[in-house]
Amino acid sequence: MNKARSNPLNTYAMHGALILYTLIALFPVFVILINSFKSRKAIFREPLALPDAESFSMIGYQTVMKQGDFFLYFQNSLIVTVASLALVLLFGAMAAYALSEYRFRGNTLMGLYLALGIMIPIRIGTVAILEMMVASGLVNTLWALILVYTAQGLPLAVFILSEFMKQVSDDLKNAGRIDGLSEYTIFFRLVLPLVRPAMATVAVFNMIPIWNDLWFPLILAPAEETKTLTLGSQVFIGQFVTDWNAVLSALSMAILPVLILYVIFSRQLIRGITSGAVK
Amino acid sequence: MTALSLKNINKSFGPVHVLKDINLDVEDGEFVVFVGPSGCGKSTLLRVIAGLEDATSGEIRIAGEQVNLTPPSKRGIAMVFQSYALYPHLNVRGNLTLALKQERQPKTVIEERVVEASRMLGLEPYLNRYPSELSGGQRQRVAIGRAIVRQPKLFLFDEPLSNLDAALRMNTRIEIANLHRQLSASMIYVTHDQTEAMTLADKIVVLRDGRVEQIGSPMDLYNDPANRFVAGFLGSPSMNFLPADALTPGDPREMGLRPEDIRLEGGGPIAGTVTHVEQLGGDTNVILQTARAPLTIRLFGQHAIAPGNDVQFGYDPSRAYYFGDDGQRLRIE
Repeated sequence: MNKARSNPLNTYAMHGALILYTLIALFPVFVILINSFKSRKAIFREPLALPDAESFSMIGYQTVMKQGDFFLYFQNSLIVTVASLALVLLFGAMAAYALSEYRFRGNTLMGLYLALGIMIPIRIGTVAILEMMVASGLVNTLWALILVYTAQGLPLAVFILSEFMKQVSDDLKNAGRIDGLSEYTIFFRLVLPLVRPAMATVAVFNMIPIWNDLWFPLILAPAEETKTLTLGSQVFIGQFVTDWNAVLSALSMAILPVLILYVIFSRQLIRGITSGAVK
Repeated sequence: MTALSLKNINKSFGPVHVLKDINLDVEDGEFVVFVGPSGCGKSTLLRVIAGLEDATSGEIRIAGEQVNLTPPSKRGIAMVFQSYALYPHLNVRGNLTLALKQERQPKTVIEERVVEASRMLGLEPYLNRYPSELSGGQRQRVAIGRAIVRQPKLFLFDEPLSNLDAALRMNTRIEIANLHRQLSASMIYVTHDQTEAMTLADKIVVLRDGRVEQIGSPMDLYNDPANRFVAGFLGSPSMNFLPADALTPGDPREMGLRPEDIRLEGGGPIAGTVTHVEQLGGDTNVILQTARAPLTIRLFGQHAIAPGNDVQFGYDPSRAYYFGDDGQRLRIE
């Protein structure tokens, strides 16, 4: 930042506010992490204390490993998240390209129709979705979840990506056409790399709700072999007794993959958020 | 042979009629410039020729072949864009060779043409650089090189110099003129800058509101404009228009005088007060307020005239142009 335009007091205040926000945001994660390494009694006696020699215990992680097929849940969650994201990005980008690039009758109407999904929560249609899945025999398969999450993510993806694609230079696409590139090559080789930051933004916005979702796994795929991580962790939460050690350990482990995916996307994401503002 | 022939080209975007009945022939090896104010349809016309837009009606022939339904890559054209439009993910060599690879040319031919084009444009040192590592002038040269390697029947330039600074623009303009001589290729060049049009063209096409106003060599258009628009558009500073009434009472026509055809003359027929003086060293531009209209006068050399002076000017009646109410030139005195 320009030194002449910032006074130190403002800088400190700004950093202070940001640090405070970081602490507030990270506090629940921190509490989950420390308590996952403590014995049951220690969790209830002093929930905010760090694990020490006396209270340290891996019992939660041991329970998680023993009970249920935790790695299968993990794998299911990962498959569903990655496959849904891939489909959302692919189809979202294709629809966005068509809307932004080609003039055809009903273009605007089609854009509005595709954006409608942003305003209507997909869960309203749960019963109809369940009926459809039963009719098509997709209940208790990962495909049921992948399809639903793809549908859920597409509206926002189309909306964001079409705005970005409008900004891709027409001259570049036309140069490709004159050089004999097919529309698919222009889309995949010229346009997609230029909207990569926007793709990362869409990926991050979609990834976390999908990973954390409990509703659709519970309704569409509750079978043992298709359980996702969030659903799998629910076995430790009973109506009368909750195995807090196991719940906290499961949650701690569930954070990891999202964190890794987020780090992969985040560099692109920051570029995506600032790309419009700073040129 | 005609490199390009357009017959009754019309183009509408919905209810907006952009190109109105355009007829044009471009001879082999000719350098044709489309010029006109922004929004006159010159870029659209170029895009119709390139095949990036379909003509609503009319016939386009390139080298004698009708190409209305031919995709851009098969029309035997190459285009240079205002924004360069280089492929950001390919280095200079990749940018130059992409179209040839699409055409499945043999490797030896591709290599030969790249060597030839990069020699002509001085691109050899940059072949392995990416577009983001090049300056504006170098990028424009790569864009031109990308057109040259294809050895097209027709080159299309869409305002290629607009993004360059003034000094570079002049150099690149000369380079393009040299290139045209070396390649003796047919070229179509779109610009809104009348200096580029005058300096480069064999033939200028002046467009306004989607209509061709006049076609001819630069000096034909300058010396013999068909109407008030062409007269006012070409030449810098532009032609002065004043009611002829001001000099010969009772004359209903409008008179056009080029700034350089007016000369300092004590007791001359044009009198007024100087409002502004532009000293350019070689020339002096004087802006004068007369009783009826403001006038711009271009004097050669340096003159000690200051704003506020009252001065008199004379003109050569044989160099005056007359226009009717409809803006058409009146040729009979």
